[in-house]
Amino acid sequence: MIASTKPAKPASMLTTNLVFIGRSLRHSLRNTEALMMAIMLPVMLMLLFTYVFGGAIDSGGDYVNYVVPGIILLCAGFGSSSTAVDVSNDMTNGIIDRFRTMPIKSLSVVTGHVAASLARNLFATAVVIGVALLVGFRPNASFIEWVLAIGVITLFILTFTWLFAAIGLVAGSPAAASGYGFALLFLPYLSSAFVPTDTMPSWLQGVANHQPITPVIETIRGLLTGTPLDNSAWWAVGWCLFILTLAFVWSIFSFRKKAGRR
Amino acid sequence: MKSMAIEVSGLRKSFGKQSVLSGLELSVPAGSVFALLGPNGAGKTTLIHILSTLIAPDGGKVLVGGYNVQTEQELVKQHISLTGQFAAVDEVLSAEENLRMIGRLSGLSSSQSRTRTEELLKAFDLVDAAKKRVKTYSGGMRRRLDLAISLVVDRPVIFLDEPTTGLDTVSRRALWDIISELASQGRTIFLTTQYLEEADQLADQIAVINGGRIVATGSAEQLKARVGGEVIELLNGHDEVIHTVPTTGSIQDISRTLNELVHSVPPGTRVNIRRPSLDDVFVALTTNGKEVL
Ligand SMILES: Nc1ncnc2c1ncn2[C@@H]1O[C@H](COP(=O)(O)OP(=O)(O)O)[C@@H](O)[C@H]1O
Ligand SMILES: [Mg+2]
Repeated sequence: MIASTKPAKPASMLTTNLVFIGRSLRHSLRNTEALMMAIMLPVMLMLLFTYVFGGAIDSGGDYVNYVVPGIILLCAGFGSSSTAVDVSNDMTNGIIDRFRTMPIKSLSVVTGHVAASLARNLFATAVVIGVALLVGFRPNASFIEWVLAIGVITLFILTFTWLFAAIGLVAGSPAAASGYGFALLFLPYLSSAFVPTDTMPSWLQGVANHQPITPVIETIRGLLTGTPLDNSAWWAVGWCLFILTLAFVWSIFSFRKKAGRR
Repeated sequence: MKSMAIEVSGLRKSFGKQSVLSGLELSVPAGSVFALLGPNGAGKTTLIHILSTLIAPDGGKVLVGGYNVQTEQELVKQHISLTGQFAAVDEVLSAEENLRMIGRLSGLSSSQSRTRTEELLKAFDLVDAAKKRVKTYSGGMRRRLDLAISLVVDRPVIFLDEPTTGLDTVSRRALWDIISELASQGRTIFLTTQYLEEADQLADQIAVINGGRIVATGSAEQLKARVGGEVIELLNGHDEVIHTVPTTGSIQDISRTLNELVHSVPPGTRVNIRRPSLDDVFVALTTNGKEVL
């Protein structure tokens, strides 16, 4: 009864990745609280900024058009932060030991979380854009500009998700992972997301203009609402690829190190 | 010569300055049940982690199924399954989903995975809970699922790290039955335990680990014999054991031992002399092993 079949050969890379992506998607769908938060929080913030603060902020135009790109990024950043907790959970739970003693590439467990985060956040982004349109967001982008904007958003989500995955891998516990992740989420506030940077004190302008989020926001804003792009698109893509590479290498490195210690 | 499923020689492992394994030697014949017995912190889990490729040894030679755990990791992994000290199950998924996932990851097709999952749910008495999330399971159910997951595909060498720690008596007995059945099917089982009764019940061979080395090996009977003849027990007025001392059983040794003790015990103390239990072996080997052996 317990006797069993021997597999002909170990699972392929493709099967392994698909299985882990399926697993992480199930996890996402079952963690309804996190899923709701990832969608509700950006929507509430958007309503807050458009209706409450919007009147007081002079962005040189309709504030809702100004703020939506920032909200989209905030949404993506917030949504991907739960990857840190998901990864940390797996690393501290003992299940990683099981995966690591099987003849598979066990880093795929992290890749699964990354893919699920991408799916989750693109969905949340779509909801945010939908609500934005309802409250008066009027993009004037062509089809190509939409595609490019979604491309940039996807790259941004991927970058932040890998960064949070790396944080999840180095954090000692899921709670710590959540804490470190939270710190990163302040970055959008110190950018041109909610107010033009030239309204900030000069020392802060230096930070805000040169941090990676500002060019990403300016790019999305430019593509969707037609504000000047200058060379922010190059900066945006450059920053994202740079951080993505670092985060990816950092993840692989800490996965090996952490795994070896247990 | 019988082929060896596990061969370890001169194994060393330290964490920082703390030496956990220092020149450990052991070999486990294929198809046998081997119990590694030792107190908490003796290095049992560390040894299992080295044998299952999770951590690298600092020195020595370690072969599992004839493959080197450091240079032939992938081959070792195709040869083993590990049930760790803490249940390694996905709490968010159901038992059924856990089993199917591991089936797919182990190289079974979808339909093979499904069939195998049904078989295992039946064998491990998890059919009723099959679709519930593991989060809601009791300790015993979780442990059964954990073991079922390790058996999704047939691996010749099975590692069980303290499989029954924390379980109630009923669950423990149920698990013992399963382990015995596995053993009767010709697999090699390497288990660790802190319970002598468990080792006695399940194992063909027992090794006692202490101070980073194997301090004794043999069957339960052989180990008992190694302590020597008998055990002197001192009992208080309520028939509670207050002290035990091993003895050769000769009249000279008993008389000498009692003479040494007579002034340090309270009045009313009585004496009982009996055959040693495995507990005595354990205490003797792990506290003052050098003297007894
Ligand atoms: N990753 C680690 N880092 C530092 N010390 C460790 C680590 N793993 C185990 N130890 C130490 O090694 C010793 C043996 O631990 P372990 O193998 O878990 O013992 P057992 O399983 O027999 O209870 C303990 O003192 C433990 O604190
Ligand atoms: Mg242990």
